[in-house]
Amino acid sequence: MSVLVAAEHRRGALRDVSYEAITAGRELADARGADLHVAVIGGDVDGFAEDLNRDGVDAIHTVADGEEFDHNAYQAALSQLADGIDAGAVVLPNSVNGLDYAPALAEALGVPIVTDAVGMAYDDGLTVTREMYGSKVETTVDVAGDRFVLTVRGGEWPPAEGVGDAAIESVDVDVPESGARVTGFEEVGGGDVDIADADVLVSVGRGIEEEENIELIEDLADALGATLSASRPIVDNGWLPKNRQVGQSGKVVTPDVYIAVGISGAVQHVAGMKGSDTIVAINTDPNAPIFDIADYGIVGDLFDVVPELIDEFA
Amino acid sequence: MKVLVTVKEVAEADDDFAIEGTDIAESDLEYDLNEWDDYAVEAAVQLAEAGIADEVVTVTVGRERTEETIRMALAKGADRAVRVWDEALDGAFADVASKVDLFEAVVAEEEPDLVLGGVQAADTGFGATGVALAERIGFEHAAVVNDLDVDADAGVAHVHRELEGGVEELTEVDLPAVLTVQTGLNEPRYASLRGIRQAQRKEIAAKDLSDLGLTADDVESSLTITSMYEPESESDAEMIEGDAGESADRLAEVLREKGVSA
Ligand SMILES: Cc1cc2nc3c(=O)[nH]c(=O)nc-3n(C[C@H](O)[C@H](O)[C@H](O)COP(=O)(O)OP(=O)(O)OC[C@H]3O[C@@H](n4cnc5c(N)ncnc54)[C@H](O)[C@@H]3O)c2cc1C
Repeated sequence: MSVLVAAEHRRGALRDVSYEAITAGRELADARGADLHVAVIGGDVDGFAEDLNRDGVDAIHTVADGEEFDHNAYQAALSQLADGIDAGAVVLPNSVNGLDYAPALAEALGVPIVTDAVGMAYDDGLTVTREMYGSKVETTVDVAGDRFVLTVRGGEWPPAEGVGDAAIESVDVDVPESGARVTGFEEVGGGDVDIADADVLVSVGRGIEEEENIELIEDLADALGATLSASRPIVDNGWLPKNRQVGQSGKVVTPDVYIAVGISGAVQHVAGMKGSDTIVAINTDPNAPIFDIADYGIVGDLFDVVPELIDEFA
Repeated sequence: MKVLVTVKEVAEADDDFAIEGTDIAESDLEYDLNEWDDYAVEAAVQLAEAGIADEVVTVTVGRERTEETIRMALAKGADRAVRVWDEALDGAFADVASKVDLFEAVVAEEEPDLVLGGVQAADTGFGATGVALAERIGFEHAAVVNDLDVDADAGVAHVHRELEGGVEELTEVDLPAVLTVQTGLNEPRYASLRGIRQAQRKEIAAKDLSDLGLTADDVESSLTITSMYEPESESDAEMIEGDAGESADRLAEVLREKGVSA
């Protein structure tokens, strides 16, 4: 039995989570005394294969099919490979594209899937650590049987390093004609401001409750000489434009100071701001996950604290 | 065209909560329609209003209590609802395949052209049911859709898939299809009083496993939650104490040290 990892790339570059998935895959392979296989599908597969040849990788399978991600090709290739190498464990990135094929692959292979793993242990079987209830709790989940598909959250495993001596082999896959065709890409969130350039960001979340209250946070940003940014729901509601959104599907920001006001700290938000030098959080909920990554925290009502803070700088 | 919308009642933990066994105490949970599903319902209702969909049916897996939440979707304009529940599902943590078993059976009865659901459920965050369902029932699919334009005559849905980092993928998906809907796709409406009144008269068909031609063995979960705990905080955050004035004062001091000023 072996372990199969699929790499992820976009627009000519491998994404970091590919190397992290290799580390997770190696962990499982060690626990099961198995070989670690890596698949890379589409794009510059030969160049990618060289990059993916890190310590601990036993074999790399390249599947030349198109330039960009196509769930149909990924599923066909990984089904065929998983059968060919008797893959007991398939480890995939828990990315937007991962979520577009991993569940279908598990279904096609007839094995259970656990998504968004943040940790795992393999003893007699697989135990996955994952979060629930908006990151307020962690759970351990036991998986019955010894075959499964696992998707791993980005940033939870260190990237695989070094140079391996994997056998690199190109594989032909019959990709059935797809009823889902990618016709292009579009960049969104451009415009007048680039929040990624700001030294100080004041970021507003759903705790603000009403559109008219945004003004209060604008006033705070003005008082601090800061730029205003937001979590996703504020942008979804149309209260601020898309170019103000921090997070996985918005901008990744690394200001000197990031002040999160009424933001819970969901993983997709944190992905966009955890690299900030100093993180301040103001939130009524002492259990809000944002406090786990904050340097300074105030458990309190933003409608009480923010006016006082504005006064301090007035 | 018929649209089936998968909806889930999700639980959110109160600010203060206790863990009992492997779940949060029932009294510390608030229940609501899953945020992502709200956008899926809205998308379906808009298709009906545009004359593209003839019927919008919601399907949920949940105990009787969830009917209150399902009624909200009906009040927003869905035509009727199917609610699947069975004692065999009680207490277990359903895996993706068993949910797909249930939805597959409902799809066989309803024969929709389009299935919409949320990207993920806010409480469990699996994000897998829709895409797995598509594979099982032989529909096309697209995950994390934040723009949707259905061309019923051509039998195609033109969608944007929201990737990471402000990039969207433009894709044509042949119908029938399953699409998982991202927040921001539209502006979910509030239920009107009239809608709420009408929803009282709309049908919620309750189905158990035998109604769907399934047995308890079919939906046995391969997953078991063995523990739940509050994660160790790795944070060494300075928690600023005091009333609003005192804490603002201390925070201002910190911010000035960091060079913040207008
Ligand atoms: C594929 C995908 C991509 C995503 N991309 C992003 C992204 O790019 N960016 C992003 O932000 N999210 C993203 N999300 C959404 C993310 O999962 C969360 O839903 C979102 O970040 C929540 O925003 P929030 O913290 O403002 O709201 P909530 O989670 O609702 O939190 C509101 C917080 O405000 C606090 N609060 C309430 N009242 C007050 C008050 N009076 N004073 C102080 N605090 C108060 C509450 O305690 C709570 O912690 C994505 C999700 C998915 C599935």
